Amino acid sequence: MPSSRSRPLSGDSHLKGDCHLNLFRRRRWLFLALALGLLLVTATLGMAWGAVSIPPGAVLRIVGQRLGFAAGAADWPPAWGTILLEIRIPRVVLAGLVGMTLAVAGAVYQALFRNPLAEPYLIGVSSGASFGATLAIVFIWRFGWGGWNGVSLAAFVGALAATGAIYSLARVGGRTPVTTLILAGVAVNALLSAATVFLMFSMQDAFRAMHVLGWLMGSLALADWEKVRTVLPYVLAGLALISWHAHTLNVLQLDEEQAQSLGVAVERTKGLLIVAVSLATAAAVSVSGAVGFVGLIVPHIVRLLWGPDHRFLLPMSGLVGAICLILADSAARTLFSPRELPLGVVTAVAGAPFFLYLLRRQKREVF
Amino acid sequence: MKSEVNPLEVENLTFAYDGRTVLRRVSLQLMPGEVLGLIGPNGAGKSTLLRLAAGFFRPNAGTVRLFGRPPTQWPPRELARQVALVPQGAYVPPTFTVWESVLLGRTPYLGFLGVPREADRAAARRALEWVGMADLSERLMGELSGGERQRVLLARALAQEPRCLLLDEPTTHLDIHHQVAILSLIRRMALEHGIAVLVVLHDLNLAATFADRLALLVDGTLVALGDPREVLRPERLTAVYGNAVAVFPRPDNGGRPAILPRVA
Repeated sequence: MPSSRSRPLSGDSHLKGDCHLNLFRRRRWLFLALALGLLLVTATLGMAWGAVSIPPGAVLRIVGQRLGFAAGAADWPPAWGTILLEIRIPRVVLAGLVGMTLAVAGAVYQALFRNPLAEPYLIGVSSGASFGATLAIVFIWRFGWGGWNGVSLAAFVGALAATGAIYSLARVGGRTPVTTLILAGVAVNALLSAATVFLMFSMQDAFRAMHVLGWLMGSLALADWEKVRTVLPYVLAGLALISWHAHTLNVLQLDEEQAQSLGVAVERTKGLLIVAVSLATAAAVSVSGAVGFVGLIVPHIVRLLWGPDHRFLLPMSGLVGAICLILADSAARTLFSPRELPLGVVTAVAGAPFFLYLLRRQKREVF
Repeated sequence: MKSEVNPLEVENLTFAYDGRTVLRRVSLQLMPGEVLGLIGPNGAGKSTLLRLAAGFFRPNAGTVRLFGRPPTQWPPRELARQVALVPQGAYVPPTFTVWESVLLGRTPYLGFLGVPREADRAAARRALEWVGMADLSERLMGELSGGERQRVLLARALAQEPRCLLLDEPTTHLDIHHQVAILSLIRRMALEHGIAVLVVLHDLNLAATFADRLALLVDGTLVALGDPREVLRPERLTAVYGNAVAVFPRPDNGGRPAILPRVA
């Protein structure tokens, strides 16, 4: 039908934007490699920065020697090795894991609910984890299980319980309509937040109240290898299951009728993905506290620049999320050293203006 | 074996939704390579019949069989290789490119991790060429005109390589050039590839021109089924639509009817 080609196109501005966008979209695998490189650079810098500043070159040599790559004598103060291996590296690794999980989870929730406001915290992960953690802090729960300490375990269980409650409350006749889910989420989140605040209010101990507040705003100050080991299996299992469904998430961007007619078992797949993403986020949040904004914004930024294909969106969001949280955590612990800024403050202050800039620059629909 | 079974067999189908009976004892068969046009006034149950054929609902009474088996009993992936549905005004996110949208049609064929193989790309390319959109494959869906969008949706359905195509008003909001282009293509696909097509059409003249047979649905009941010349009788149309019409046989098209409203 040649006549359609001679049809006037709808506005030249679209075309210009299109060319710009296509540079990103055509070369997207190159950008993924760049992001991977940037993550390694960021991680190195994150290990270098801190109360004791270690030159990045020394960081690489210490890590290299530890991994058995580099021979040669240790020409650095022995304290550096201890600081890196016991404190900074687990902290950077944990920041990367949490950032990756939150960003991927955000992308999954936005696709599953076909809603640009969806994020890991919408269906109770954050409020449930906060409530669980607050209970554990208030009643000084010292029990642990496996590698879990009391606060992390309570947060993990709280996150899963809240998600389960919201999801089952929203089910109507074997289906889970998105609007019902979001409304149930808003209500349960409000209830749990109120309960958390009440627990804080009823506490007489200012030190523990600060502990709760610190947890609510997110912090990786207590990171160690034990936490990495504890969280890793859940995060890896969740992310693997999600990656396996990357194409299905593309199909789910259409309405449910179309997804079903393309051979996707919609309700079953959605249920499976929600379990996977909830396990991974609950585990991440249980060690980091409620770090806001990464899960909401990173997938949007990636989608704005590189398009909505989840086979790319998921890994790229994961990398960008990890980079962002490593940078944010480095800023949190160095800007006002020796005091630590809450991580959630850094992610919001840095993330929101950048996101708004991108949103304003893009003149088209973004979702 | 399978080729002996009709693509679609509907027998005494009754379906109620929210306590309202939408379809009453409907029976029809769809043959391979045939274009069956589904016509009738608004709310007659045309789209519902299409959805039942696609397996979205279970009949209250009677049977629907797709290639010999109720669609609700097919495994979803298997079913999607037999039947493609294009719902009316189907939503595709504006940020998808044309190519990405058409490649979604390959979903029931994709293997582990959903990576498209060369066969998948070839099928998508072929479908884009059929609908004349190959040059626009990098465009965003949000930038397309209504006719282009509709052609992309059709290409996605054809990329599924189905043996049966269910289309819900594929030509609404299109100008006559694009209406004819889409329906000619559908006819060609039926003829050349033996695809059975059940298509809901609003425009009686388009239905009369492009369908091999017509099924006229009124208030959930099938009142006529057969050759357009038989179905589109002026007295019947006048009774069904509540508006007097005149019907003329077209000498240029084997005497197929052309329908015009009468002014009182």
